[in-house]
Amino acid sequence: MGMTITAKILAKAAGREHVCPGELIIARVSKVICHDVSLAAFRELERMRATRVFDPERIAVTYDHFIPSPSVEAAEQSRALREYLTAYKIRRVYEVGRGGICHVVFPEQGFVLPGEVVVGSDSHTCTYGALGAVALGVGSADAAAAMALGEIWLRVPETVRVELIGQPRAPVGGKDVILSLLGRIGTSGALYKAIEFTGEGVGALEMADRFTICNMAAEAGCKNAIIAPDEITAAFLNEIGAGEGEVFASDEEASYADSHTIDCGTLAPLVACPPSPANVVPAQKLRGVRIDQAVIGSCTNGRLADLRVAARILKGRKVSAGVRLLVIPGSQATYLAALREGLLEAMAEAGALICPPTCGPCFGGHMGLLAEGEAAISTTNRNFIGRMGSPRAEIYLASPATVAASAVAGEIRDPREVLDG
Amino acid sequence: MRFRGRARKFGDHIDTDAILPGRYLTDWNRDPKSLGRHCFADFDPGFSSRVNPGDILVAGWNFGCGSSRQAAAAALKAAGISCLVAKSFARIFFRNAINIGLPAVECPDLVEEATEGDLLEVAVDEGLLVNVSTGHRYSAGAFPPVVLEILRQGGLVSYVRARLQAAER
Ligand code: SF4
Repeated sequence: MGMTITAKILAKAAGREHVCPGELIIARVSKVICHDVSLAAFRELERMRATRVFDPERIAVTYDHFIPSPSVEAAEQSRALREYLTAYKIRRVYEVGRGGICHVVFPEQGFVLPGEVVVGSDSHTCTYGALGAVALGVGSADAAAAMALGEIWLRVPETVRVELIGQPRAPVGGKDVILSLLGRIGTSGALYKAIEFTGEGVGALEMADRFTICNMAAEAGCKNAIIAPDEITAAFLNEIGAGEGEVFASDEEASYADSHTIDCGTLAPLVACPPSPANVVPAQKLRGVRIDQAVIGSCTNGRLADLRVAARILKGRKVSAGVRLLVIPGSQATYLAALREGLLEAMAEAGALICPPTCGPCFGGHMGLLAEGEAAISTTNRNFIGRMGSPRAEIYLASPATVAASAVAGEIRDPREVLDG
Repeated sequence: MRFRGRARKFGDHIDTDAILPGRYLTDWNRDPKSLGRHCFADFDPGFSSRVNPGDILVAGWNFGCGSSRQAAAAALKAAGISCLVAKSFARIFFRNAINIGLPAVECPDLVEEATEGDLLEVAVDEGLLVNVSTGHRYSAGAFPPVVLEILRQGGLVSYVRARLQAAER
Protein backbone atom coordinates (compact mmCIF):
# COMPACT_ATOMS: atom_id res chain seq x y z
CA MET A 1 0.00 0.00 0.00
CA GLY A 2 1.28 3.46 -0.87
CA MET A 3 2.13 6.00 1.80
CA THR A 4 1.61 9.75 1.95
CA ILE A 5 4.55 12.05 2.64
CA THR A 6 3.33 12.46 6.23
CA ALA A 7 3.19 8.68 6.78
CA LYS A 8 6.67 8.23 5.28
CA ILE A 9 8.25 10.83 7.55
CA LEU A 10 6.50 9.36 10.61
CA ALA A 11 7.49 5.81 9.64
CA LYS A 12 11.13 6.85 9.50
CA ALA A 13 10.87 8.64 12.85
CA ALA A 14 9.33 5.50 14.36
CA GLY A 15 12.09 3.32 12.90
CA ARG A 16 9.60 1.48 10.73
CA GLU A 17 9.34 0.51 7.07
CA HIS A 18 5.65 1.20 6.91
CA VAL A 19 2.90 2.82 8.99
CA CYS A 20 -0.85 3.08 8.38
CA PRO A 21 -3.24 5.88 9.28
CA GLY A 22 -4.80 5.22 12.70
CA GLU A 23 -1.74 3.39 14.06
CA LEU A 24 -0.27 4.66 17.29
CA ILE A 25 3.49 5.17 17.13
CA ILE A 26 6.31 6.55 19.23
CA ALA A 27 8.18 8.94 16.95
CA ARG A 28 11.65 10.36 17.46
CA VAL A 29 11.55 14.15 17.50
CA SER A 30 14.03 16.09 15.33
CA LYS A 31 13.36 19.57 16.71
CA VAL A 32 11.37 21.24 19.49
CA ILE A 33 10.34 24.88 19.24
CA CYS A 34 9.19 27.09 22.12
CA HIS A 35 8.35 30.73 22.87
CA ASP A 36 7.96 32.85 25.99
CA VAL A 37 4.54 31.40 26.82
CA SER A 38 6.21 27.95 26.81
CA LEU A 39 7.40 28.77 30.33
CA ALA A 40 4.61 26.35 31.30
CA ALA A 41 6.49 23.55 29.51
CA PHE A 42 9.70 24.28 31.44
CA ARG A 43 7.80 24.25 34.74
CA GLU A 44 6.58 20.78 33.76
CA LEU A 45 10.05 19.69 32.72
CA GLU A 46 11.10 20.56 36.26
CA ARG A 47 8.14 18.66 37.73
CA MET A 48 9.24 15.67 35.63
CA ARG A 49 12.54 16.00 37.54
CA ALA A 50 14.37 16.10 34.24
CA THR A 51 17.93 17.21 34.94
CA ARG A 52 18.71 17.69 31.25
CA VAL A 53 17.02 17.83 27.86
CA PHE A 54 17.46 15.17 25.15
CA ASP A 55 19.61 17.48 23.01
CA PRO A 56 20.04 21.21 23.73
CA GLU A 57 21.02 21.85 20.08
CA ARG A 58 17.66 20.58 18.86
CA ILE A 59 15.59 22.98 20.91
CA ALA A 60 15.03 26.61 19.91
CA VAL A 61 13.29 29.33 21.89
CA THR A 62 12.23 32.84 20.92
CA TYR A 63 10.59 35.66 22.84
CA ASP A 64 7.57 36.78 20.85
CA HIS A 65 4.24 36.87 22.67
CA PHE A 66 4.66 39.26 25.58
CA ILE A 67 7.53 41.32 24.17
CA PRO A 68 8.59 43.96 24.74
CA SER A 69 7.19 43.17 28.21
CA PRO A 70 3.84 44.97 28.53
CA SER A 71 3.59 44.37 32.30
CA VAL A 72 5.74 43.54 35.31
CA GLU A 73 4.09 40.13 35.42
CA ALA A 74 5.16 39.43 31.83
CA ALA A 75 8.68 40.61 32.61
CA GLU A 76 8.81 38.21 35.57
CA GLN A 77 7.74 35.33 33.34
CA SER A 78 10.39 36.10 30.75
CA ARG A 79 12.96 36.23 33.51
CA ALA A 80 11.82 32.87 34.89
CA LEU A 81 12.14 31.40 31.39
CA ARG A 82 15.68 32.79 30.98
CA GLU A 83 16.67 30.98 34.18
CA TYR A 84 15.34 27.67 32.88
CA LEU A 85 17.16 28.12 29.55
CA THR A 86 20.43 28.61 31.39
CA ALA A 87 19.78 25.65 33.68
CA TYR A 88 18.96 23.34 30.78
CA LYS A 89 21.86 24.71 28.70
CA ILE A 90 19.65 25.71 25.77
CA ARG A 91 21.67 28.08 23.63
CA ARG A 92 19.52 28.50 20.55
CA VAL A 93 17.66 31.39 22.11
CA TYR A 94 16.42 34.42 20.17
CA GLU A 95 16.40 37.39 22.48
CA VAL A 96 14.30 40.52 22.07
CA GLY A 97 15.81 42.54 19.21
CA ARG A 98 17.56 39.51 17.71
CA GLY A 99 14.68 37.21 16.90
CA GLY A 100 10.98 37.71 16.30
CA ILE A 101 7.85 35.61 15.93
CA CYS A 102 8.57 31.88 16.26
CA HIS A 103 7.15 30.67 12.94
CA VAL A 104 8.88 33.46 11.03
CA VAL A 105 12.25 33.27 12.78
CA PHE A 106 12.90 29.53 12.97
CA PRO A 107 12.54 28.80 9.24
CA GLU A 108 14.41 32.01 8.40
CA GLN A 109 17.31 30.78 10.57
CA GLY A 110 17.33 27.36 8.93
CA PHE A 111 16.33 25.57 12.13
CA VAL A 112 13.82 23.27 10.39
CA LEU A 113 14.66 20.97 7.47
CA PRO A 114 12.67 18.76 5.09
CA GLY A 115 11.82 15.31 6.43
CA GLU A 116 12.04 16.25 10.10
CA VAL A 117 9.48 15.73 12.86
CA VAL A 118 9.02 19.04 14.65
CA VAL A 119 7.09 19.48 17.89
CA GLY A 120 6.17 22.96 19.07
CA SER A 121 4.24 24.31 22.04
CA ASP A 122 2.23 26.54 19.73
CA SER A 123 -0.86 25.71 17.71
CA HIS A 124 0.59 27.13 14.47
CA THR A 125 3.66 24.88 14.47
CA CYS A 126 2.13 23.30 11.34
CA THR A 127 3.70 26.27 9.47
CA TYR A 128 6.95 24.29 8.98
CA GLY A 129 5.09 21.79 6.82
CA ALA A 130 5.84 24.29 4.04
CA LEU A 131 9.39 22.90 4.16
CA GLY A 132 8.27 19.29 3.83
CA ALA A 133 8.52 18.51 7.55
CA VAL A 134 5.87 16.94 9.78
CA ALA A 135 5.32 19.73 12.30
CA LEU A 136 2.85 19.38 15.14
CA GLY A 137 1.45 21.90 17.60
CA VAL A 138 1.12 20.46 21.12
CA GLY A 139 0.40 21.62 24.67
CA SER A 140 3.02 22.28 27.31
CA ALA A 141 3.25 18.77 28.83
CA ASP A 142 3.78 17.24 25.39
CA ALA A 143 6.48 19.80 24.64
CA ALA A 144 8.12 19.06 28.00
CA ALA A 145 8.00 15.31 27.38
CA ALA A 146 9.49 15.81 23.90
CA MET A 147 12.32 17.87 25.42
CA ALA A 148 12.95 15.28 28.15
CA LEU A 149 12.71 12.10 26.06
CA GLY A 150 13.20 13.24 22.46
CA GLU A 151 10.08 11.36 21.42
CA ILE A 152 6.32 11.76 21.20
CA TRP A 153 3.34 9.39 21.04
CA LEU A 154 0.99 10.01 18.18
CA ARG A 155 -1.53 8.53 15.87
CA VAL A 156 -0.57 8.43 12.20
CA PRO A 157 -3.11 10.80 10.62
CA GLU A 158 -5.15 10.25 7.51
CA THR A 159 -4.47 12.84 4.82
CA VAL A 160 -6.76 15.31 3.09
CA ARG A 161 -5.36 16.05 -0.36
CA VAL A 162 -5.72 19.59 -1.66
CA GLU A 163 -4.73 19.96 -5.28
CA LEU A 164 -3.84 23.46 -6.39
CA ILE A 165 -4.13 24.30 -10.07
CA GLY A 166 -3.51 27.57 -11.88
CA GLN A 167 -1.53 30.54 -10.69
CA PRO A 168 -2.96 33.25 -8.44
CA ARG A 169 -3.07 36.61 -10.18
CA ALA A 170 -1.49 39.35 -8.03
CA PRO A 171 -2.60 40.81 -5.69
CA VAL A 172 -4.26 37.45 -4.95
CA GLY A 173 -1.83 35.30 -2.91
CA GLY A 174 -1.34 32.48 -0.42
CA LYS A 175 -3.74 33.98 2.13
CA ASP A 176 -6.59 33.89 -0.38
CA VAL A 177 -5.78 30.25 -1.22
CA ILE A 178 -6.04 29.11 2.41
CA LEU A 179 -9.11 31.28 3.09
CA SER A 180 -10.76 29.65 0.10
CA LEU A 181 -10.06 26.18 1.54
CA LEU A 182 -11.32 27.18 5.02
CA GLY A 183 -14.49 28.58 3.50
CA ARG A 184 -15.03 25.25 1.85
CA ILE A 185 -14.14 22.68 4.54
CA GLY A 186 -14.82 24.63 7.77
CA THR A 187 -13.00 24.76 11.11
CA SER A 188 -13.15 21.02 11.74
CA GLY A 189 -12.83 20.01 8.09
CA ALA A 190 -9.49 18.28 8.69
CA LEU A 191 -9.75 17.36 12.37
CA TYR A 192 -6.94 14.94 13.42
CA LYS A 193 -5.84 14.74 9.77
CA ALA A 194 -2.89 15.90 7.71
CA ILE A 195 -3.54 18.37 4.89
CA GLU A 196 -1.26 17.90 1.90
CA PHE A 197 -1.09 20.66 -0.68
CA THR A 198 -0.04 19.36 -4.04
CA GLY A 199 -0.48 19.88 -7.79
CA GLU A 200 1.12 22.16 -10.37
CA GLY A 201 -0.31 25.23 -8.61
CA VAL A 202 2.11 24.65 -5.73
CA GLY A 203 5.04 25.22 -8.08
CA ALA A 204 3.74 28.72 -8.77
CA LEU A 205 3.88 29.68 -5.09
CA GLU A 206 6.93 31.18 -3.42
CA MET A 207 7.95 30.13 0.09
CA ALA A 208 6.18 33.04 1.81
CA ASP A 209 2.86 31.93 0.32
CA ARG A 210 3.54 28.34 1.30
CA PHE A 211 4.25 29.32 4.91
CA THR A 212 1.02 31.35 5.00
CA ILE A 213 -1.00 28.42 3.64
CA CYS A 214 0.46 25.81 6.02
CA ASN A 215 0.22 28.25 8.96
CA MET A 216 -3.48 28.89 8.63
CA ALA A 217 -4.30 25.28 7.80
CA ALA A 218 -4.38 25.02 11.62
CA GLU A 219 -7.77 26.71 11.45
CA ALA A 220 -9.19 23.58 9.75
CA GLY A 221 -8.30 21.54 12.85
CA CYS A 222 -5.51 19.60 11.14
CA LYS A 223 -2.71 17.73 12.87
CA ASN A 224 -0.16 18.91 10.33
CA ALA A 225 -0.07 20.60 6.93
CA ILE A 226 2.56 19.65 4.40
CA ILE A 227 3.98 20.49 0.98
CA ALA A 228 6.53 18.17 -0.64
CA PRO A 229 9.85 19.99 -1.17
CA ASP A 230 10.71 21.11 -4.72
CA GLU A 231 13.24 23.43 -6.42
CA ILE A 232 11.72 26.46 -4.70
CA THR A 233 12.21 24.82 -1.30
CA ALA A 234 15.76 23.86 -2.22
CA ALA A 235 16.54 27.38 -3.43
CA PHE A 236 15.17 28.85 -0.17
CA LEU A 237 17.29 26.51 1.97
CA ASN A 238 20.33 27.18 -0.16
CA GLU A 239 19.90 30.94 0.08
CA ILE A 240 19.78 30.90 3.87
CA GLY A 241 22.68 28.46 4.02
CA ALA A 242 20.72 25.65 5.67
CA GLY A 243 21.13 21.95 4.99
CA GLU A 244 19.04 20.05 2.48
CA GLY A 245 17.28 17.74 4.90
CA GLU A 246 15.65 14.61 3.54
CA VAL A 247 13.12 14.94 0.75
CA PHE A 248 10.01 12.74 0.82
CA ALA A 249 7.00 12.66 -1.52
CA SER A 250 3.69 10.82 -1.48
CA ASP A 251 3.39 7.58 -3.47
CA GLU A 252 1.19 7.70 -6.57
CA GLU A 253 -1.08 5.06 -5.08
CA ALA A 254 -1.28 6.59 -1.58
CA SER A 255 -4.85 6.77 -0.33
CA TYR A 256 -6.52 9.91 0.97
CA ALA A 257 -9.40 10.55 3.35
CA ASP A 258 -10.72 13.34 1.22
CA SER A 259 -9.70 15.40 -1.76
CA HIS A 260 -10.31 18.97 -2.94
CA THR A 261 -9.19 21.08 -5.88
CA ILE A 262 -8.64 24.82 -5.78
CA ASP A 263 -8.17 26.77 -8.98
CA CYS A 264 -5.86 29.56 -7.83
CA GLY A 265 -6.17 31.32 -11.19
CA THR A 266 -9.82 32.17 -10.60
CA LEU A 267 -9.57 33.26 -6.95
CA ALA A 268 -10.62 36.77 -5.93
CA PRO A 269 -9.30 38.52 -2.79
CA LEU A 270 -11.14 36.94 0.17
CA VAL A 271 -12.02 37.98 3.71
CA ALA A 272 -12.98 35.85 6.76
CA CYS A 273 -15.76 37.60 8.66
CA PRO A 274 -16.15 37.44 12.45
CA PRO A 275 -16.22 35.24 14.42
CA SER A 276 -14.79 32.33 12.38
CA PRO A 277 -11.82 31.92 10.03
CA ALA A 278 -14.13 29.78 7.87
CA ASN A 279 -16.72 32.52 7.42
CA VAL A 280 -15.24 33.54 4.07
CA VAL A 281 -16.64 35.96 1.45
CA PRO A 282 -15.10 37.93 -1.45
CA ALA A 283 -13.66 41.30 -0.33
CA GLN A 284 -15.84 42.98 -2.92
CA LYS A 285 -19.00 41.95 -1.03
CA LEU A 286 -17.84 43.82 2.08
CA ARG A 287 -17.48 47.22 0.48
CA GLY A 288 -18.81 49.79 2.93
CA VAL A 289 -17.77 47.87 6.10
CA ARG A 290 -16.01 50.60 8.08
CA ILE A 291 -12.82 49.75 9.97
CA ASP A 292 -11.00 51.41 12.87
CA GLN A 293 -7.76 49.45 12.80
CA ALA A 294 -5.74 47.53 10.24
CA VAL A 295 -2.93 45.14 11.18
CA ILE A 296 -0.24 43.78 8.86
CA GLY A 297 2.01 41.20 10.51
CA SER A 298 1.98 37.91 12.49
CA CYS A 299 3.29 34.41 11.77
CA THR A 300 0.72 34.19 8.98
CA ASN A 301 1.69 37.28 6.97
CA GLY A 302 4.63 39.09 8.57
CA ARG A 303 7.29 38.08 6.04
CA LEU A 304 9.24 40.30 3.66
CA ALA A 305 7.11 39.30 0.66
CA ASP A 306 4.01 40.38 2.61
CA LEU A 307 5.50 43.75 3.48
CA ARG A 308 6.46 44.26 -0.17
CA VAL A 309 2.87 43.72 -1.28
CA ALA A 310 1.57 46.12 1.38
CA ALA A 311 4.19 48.78 0.67
CA ARG A 312 3.41 48.67 -3.03
CA ILE A 313 -0.20 49.63 -2.26
CA LEU A 314 0.64 52.18 0.45
CA LYS A 315 3.44 53.96 -1.39
CA GLY A 316 2.26 57.40 -2.44
CA ARG A 317 -1.12 56.92 -0.76
CA LYS A 318 -2.39 57.87 2.72
CA VAL A 319 -3.98 55.76 5.44
CA SER A 320 -7.57 56.94 5.80
CA ALA A 321 -8.10 59.54 8.55
CA GLY A 322 -10.29 57.26 10.66
CA VAL A 323 -7.94 54.26 10.56
CA ARG A 324 -4.93 53.19 12.64
CA LEU A 325 -2.60 51.00 10.58
CA LEU A 326 -0.12 48.86 12.49
CA VAL A 327 2.70 47.23 10.55
CA ILE A 328 4.54 44.50 12.47
CA PRO A 329 7.48 42.87 10.66
CA GLY A 330 7.62 39.20 11.71
CA SER A 331 11.29 39.16 12.67
CA GLN A 332 14.31 41.34 13.20
CA ALA A 333 15.80 40.12 9.89
CA THR A 334 12.56 40.97 8.10
CA TYR A 335 12.51 44.37 9.80
CA LEU A 336 16.06 45.12 8.67
CA ALA A 337 15.47 43.96 5.11
CA ALA A 338 12.27 46.02 4.86
CA LEU A 339 14.12 49.00 6.28
CA ARG A 340 16.91 48.70 3.72
CA GLU A 341 14.46 48.27 0.87
CA GLY A 342 12.64 51.44 1.87
CA LEU A 343 9.40 49.54 2.56
CA LEU A 344 9.10 50.78 6.12
CA GLU A 345 9.71 54.34 5.00
CA ALA A 346 7.00 54.15 2.35
CA MET A 347 4.52 52.72 4.82
CA ALA A 348 5.42 55.16 7.61
CA GLU A 349 5.01 58.01 5.15
CA ALA A 350 1.54 56.73 4.35
CA GLY A 351 0.68 57.01 8.05
CA ALA A 352 1.39 53.47 9.29
CA LEU A 353 2.77 52.89 12.77
CA ILE A 354 5.77 50.57 12.41
CA CYS A 355 5.88 48.27 15.45
CA PRO A 356 8.65 45.95 16.64
CA PRO A 357 8.43 42.24 15.76
CA THR A 358 5.94 40.81 18.28
CA CYS A 359 2.76 38.70 18.45
CA GLY A 360 1.22 41.61 20.41
CA PRO A 361 -2.30 42.29 19.10
CA CYS A 362 -2.67 38.96 17.23
CA PHE A 363 -3.66 37.10 20.42
CA GLY A 364 -5.09 40.09 22.26
CA GLY A 365 -1.97 40.43 24.35
CA HIS A 366 -0.90 44.05 23.92
CA MET A 367 0.34 46.67 21.44
CA GLY A 368 -2.88 47.74 19.80
CA LEU A 369 -5.99 46.10 21.26
CA LEU A 370 -9.52 46.91 20.14
CA ALA A 371 -12.21 48.80 22.06
CA GLU A 372 -15.85 47.78 22.31
CA GLY A 373 -17.70 48.39 19.05
CA GLU A 374 -14.52 48.72 16.96
CA ALA A 375 -13.78 46.76 13.81
CA ALA A 376 -10.38 45.67 12.53
CA ILE A 377 -9.06 44.03 9.40
CA SER A 378 -5.95 41.98 9.99
CA THR A 379 -3.53 39.62 8.24
CA THR A 380 -3.49 37.35 11.33
CA ASN A 381 -5.13 33.92 11.52
CA ARG A 382 -7.92 34.00 14.11
CA ASN A 383 -10.98 36.19 14.48
CA PHE A 384 -12.64 34.45 17.44
CA ILE A 385 -14.65 36.63 19.80
CA GLY A 386 -12.26 38.63 22.00
CA ARG A 387 -9.13 37.52 20.13
CA MET A 388 -7.76 41.07 19.62
CA GLY A 389 -9.14 42.83 22.69
CA SER A 390 -12.76 43.61 23.58
CA PRO A 391 -15.19 40.70 23.14
CA ARG A 392 -17.44 43.28 21.50
CA ALA A 393 -14.95 44.16 18.75
CA GLU A 394 -15.10 42.60 15.28
CA ILE A 395 -12.16 41.10 13.39
CA TYR A 396 -11.93 40.50 9.64
CA LEU A 397 -9.03 38.42 8.28
CA ALA A 398 -7.45 39.04 4.88
CA SER A 399 -4.23 39.22 2.87
CA PRO A 400 -1.66 42.02 3.23
CA ALA A 401 -2.93 43.48 -0.07
CA THR A 402 -6.55 43.57 1.08
CA VAL A 403 -5.63 44.97 4.50
CA ALA A 404 -3.44 47.72 3.01
CA ALA A 405 -6.13 48.65 0.48
CA SER A 406 -8.75 48.74 3.24
CA ALA A 407 -6.53 50.94 5.42
CA VAL A 408 -6.35 53.44 2.57
CA ALA A 409 -10.08 53.25 1.82
CA GLY A 410 -11.21 53.40 5.47
CA GLU A 411 -13.48 50.46 4.75
CA ILE A 412 -13.00 46.93 3.48
CA ARG A 413 -11.90 47.09 -0.14
CA ASP A 414 -10.84 44.67 -2.85
CA PRO A 415 -7.17 45.64 -3.41
CA ARG A 416 -7.60 45.43 -7.18
CA GLU A 417 -9.86 48.48 -7.02
CA VAL A 418 -7.23 50.55 -5.19
CA LEU A 419 -4.44 49.42 -7.52
CA ASP A 420 -6.49 50.20 -10.63
CA GLY A 421 -8.08 53.37 -9.31
CA MET B 1 -10.50 3.60 35.73
CA ARG B 2 -14.20 4.09 36.34
CA PHE B 3 -16.01 7.35 36.80
CA ARG B 4 -19.54 8.01 38.00
CA GLY B 5 -21.00 11.49 37.97
CA ARG B 6 -23.69 13.85 36.76
CA ALA B 7 -23.66 15.14 33.18
CA ARG B 8 -22.81 18.81 32.66
CA LYS B 9 -23.84 19.45 29.09
CA PHE B 10 -22.38 21.85 26.51
CA GLY B 11 -22.85 22.41 22.76
CA ASP B 12 -20.63 22.24 19.65
CA HIS B 13 -17.38 24.08 18.88
CA ILE B 14 -16.69 25.30 22.42
CA ASP B 15 -13.28 26.98 22.05
CA THR B 16 -10.45 27.30 24.54
CA ASP B 17 -11.19 31.01 25.06
CA ALA B 18 -14.68 30.01 26.27
CA ILE B 19 -13.26 27.31 28.57
CA LEU B 20 -10.57 29.57 30.00
CA PRO B 21 -10.19 33.21 28.86
CA GLY B 22 -6.64 34.20 27.93
CA ARG B 23 -6.36 36.70 30.79
CA TYR B 24 -6.03 33.83 33.32
CA LEU B 25 -3.08 32.25 31.51
CA THR B 26 -0.25 33.95 33.35
CA ASP B 27 2.04 31.34 34.84
CA TRP B 28 -0.88 29.03 35.67
CA ASN B 29 1.40 26.06 36.06
CA ARG B 30 2.51 27.27 39.48
CA ASP B 31 -0.97 26.88 40.91
CA PRO B 32 -3.18 24.80 38.59
CA LYS B 33 -5.85 24.45 41.31
CA SER B 34 -6.74 28.14 41.18
CA LEU B 35 -7.79 27.72 37.54
CA GLY B 36 -11.01 25.96 38.54
CA ARG B 37 -12.63 29.20 39.67
CA HIS B 38 -12.11 30.75 36.23
CA CYS B 39 -13.45 27.83 34.24
CA PHE B 40 -16.03 29.14 31.72
CA ALA B 41 -15.65 32.57 33.39
CA ASP B 42 -17.30 34.51 30.54
CA PHE B 43 -19.18 31.75 28.76
CA ASP B 44 -21.02 30.26 31.76
CA PRO B 45 -20.15 32.34 34.85
CA GLY B 46 -22.05 30.11 37.33
CA PHE B 47 -20.25 26.93 36.23
CA SER B 48 -17.55 26.64 38.89
CA SER B 49 -20.01 27.00 41.77
CA ARG B 50 -22.56 24.67 40.18
CA VAL B 51 -20.22 21.79 39.40
CA ASN B 52 -19.79 18.95 41.93
CA PRO B 53 -16.57 16.97 42.25
CA GLY B 54 -16.76 13.97 39.93
CA ASP B 55 -19.20 15.51 37.44
CA ILE B 56 -18.75 14.44 33.83
CA LEU B 57 -18.59 17.05 31.11
CA VAL B 58 -20.65 16.19 28.04
CA ALA B 59 -20.08 18.23 24.88
CA GLY B 60 -20.72 18.29 21.13
CA TRP B 61 -18.38 18.38 18.16
CA ASN B 62 -14.83 19.81 18.18
CA PHE B 63 -14.73 20.55 21.92
CA GLY B 64 -11.66 22.60 22.89
CA CYS B 65 -10.85 24.09 19.48
CA GLY B 66 -8.56 27.11 19.23
CA SER B 67 -5.31 27.64 21.10
CA SER B 68 -2.90 25.04 22.45
CA ARG B 69 -3.35 26.23 26.04
CA GLN B 70 -3.17 23.22 28.32
CA ALA B 71 -4.58 25.47 31.04
CA ALA B 72 -8.05 24.99 29.49
CA ALA B 73 -8.02 21.26 30.25
CA ALA B 74 -6.41 21.94 33.64
CA ALA B 75 -9.21 24.39 34.49
CA LEU B 76 -11.88 21.74 33.88
CA LYS B 77 -10.04 19.26 36.06
CA ALA B 78 -9.50 21.84 38.80
CA ALA B 79 -13.20 22.71 38.72
CA GLY B 80 -13.92 19.09 39.67
CA ILE B 81 -14.72 17.48 36.32
CA SER B 82 -13.60 13.81 36.43
CA CYS B 83 -13.98 12.81 32.81
CA LEU B 84 -14.95 14.30 29.44
CA VAL B 85 -17.31 12.80 26.87
CA ALA B 86 -17.80 14.60 23.55
CA LYS B 87 -18.87 13.92 20.00
CA SER B 88 -15.31 14.92 19.06
CA PHE B 89 -12.42 16.85 20.56
CA ALA B 90 -10.08 19.34 18.97
CA ARG B 91 -6.76 17.63 18.45
CA ILE B 92 -4.45 19.52 20.79
CA PHE B 93 -7.13 19.75 23.48
CA PHE B 94 -7.54 15.97 23.38
CA ARG B 95 -3.82 15.43 23.97
CA ASN B 96 -3.73 18.05 26.69
CA ALA B 97 -6.61 16.40 28.55
CA ILE B 98 -4.92 12.97 28.45
CA ASN B 99 -1.61 14.55 29.40
CA ILE B 100 -3.02 16.05 32.61
CA GLY B 101 -4.77 12.78 33.47
CA LEU B 102 -8.27 13.78 32.42
CA PRO B 103 -9.86 11.03 30.27
CA ALA B 104 -11.48 12.35 27.07
CA VAL B 105 -13.84 9.83 25.45
CA GLU B 106 -15.52 10.29 22.08
CA CYS B 107 -19.07 8.92 22.02
CA PRO B 108 -21.51 10.86 19.79
CA ASP B 109 -24.52 8.66 20.65
CA LEU B 110 -24.27 9.18 24.38
CA VAL B 111 -23.90 12.94 23.90
CA GLU B 112 -26.91 13.03 21.60
CA GLU B 113 -29.15 11.29 24.13
CA ALA B 114 -27.87 12.62 27.46
CA THR B 115 -29.45 15.58 29.22
CA GLU B 116 -28.05 17.89 31.88
CA GLY B 117 -27.90 16.15 35.25
CA ASP B 118 -28.15 12.54 33.99
CA LEU B 119 -26.12 10.09 36.05
CA LEU B 120 -23.35 8.62 33.88
CA GLU B 121 -20.79 5.87 34.31
CA VAL B 122 -17.65 5.63 32.22
CA ALA B 123 -15.34 2.60 32.28
CA VAL B 124 -12.31 4.00 30.52
CA ASP B 125 -10.23 0.83 30.14
CA GLU B 126 -13.03 -1.04 28.39
CA GLY B 127 -14.41 1.98 26.54
CA LEU B 128 -17.88 1.34 27.96
CA LEU B 129 -20.34 4.08 28.92
CA VAL B 130 -23.68 3.86 30.70
CA ASN B 131 -26.33 6.49 31.14
CA VAL B 132 -27.70 5.23 34.47
CA SER B 133 -30.64 7.64 34.28
CA THR B 134 -31.91 6.21 31.00
CA GLY B 135 -30.43 2.73 31.24
CA HIS B 136 -28.73 3.06 27.84
CA ARG B 137 -25.29 1.59 27.24
CA TYR B 138 -22.72 2.72 24.71
CA SER B 139 -19.29 1.66 23.57
CA ALA B 140 -16.41 3.83 22.48
CA GLY B 141 -13.14 2.57 21.08
CA ALA B 142 -10.70 1.54 23.82
CA PHE B 143 -7.63 3.74 24.29
CA PRO B 144 -4.25 2.47 23.12
CA PRO B 145 -1.98 1.10 25.89
CA VAL B 146 0.33 4.15 26.09
CA VAL B 147 -2.65 6.48 26.59
CA LEU B 148 -4.06 4.24 29.33
CA GLU B 149 -0.66 4.14 30.98
CA ILE B 150 -0.41 7.96 30.97
CA LEU B 151 -3.92 8.20 32.46
CA ARG B 152 -3.12 5.58 35.11
CA GLN B 153 -0.02 7.49 36.15
CA GLY B 154 -2.16 10.61 36.57
CA GLY B 155 -0.74 12.38 33.53
CA LEU B 156 2.30 12.84 31.36
CA VAL B 157 4.41 14.60 34.01
CA SER B 158 4.31 11.61 36.37
CA TYR B 159 4.63 9.21 33.44
CA VAL B 160 7.83 10.84 32.21
CA ARG B 161 9.15 11.25 35.76
CA ALA B 162 8.74 7.50 36.29
CA ARG B 163 10.47 6.73 33.00
CA LEU B 164 13.38 9.04 33.75
CA GLN B 165 13.77 7.50 37.22
CA ALA B 166 13.69 4.00 35.77
CA ALA B 167 16.35 4.97 33.22
CA GLU B 168 18.63 6.22 35.97
CA ARG B 169 18.51 3.00 37.90
S1 SF4 C 1 1.61 35.78 15.62
FE1 SF4 C 1 -0.34 35.19 16.54
S2 SF4 C 1 -0.82 33.17 15.79
FE2 SF4 C 1 1.35 33.56 15.36
S3 SF4 C 1 2.46 32.68 17.11
FE3 SF4 C 1 2.08 34.83 17.57
S4 SF4 C 1 0.12 34.85 18.71
FE4 SF4 C 1 0.29 32.86 17.68
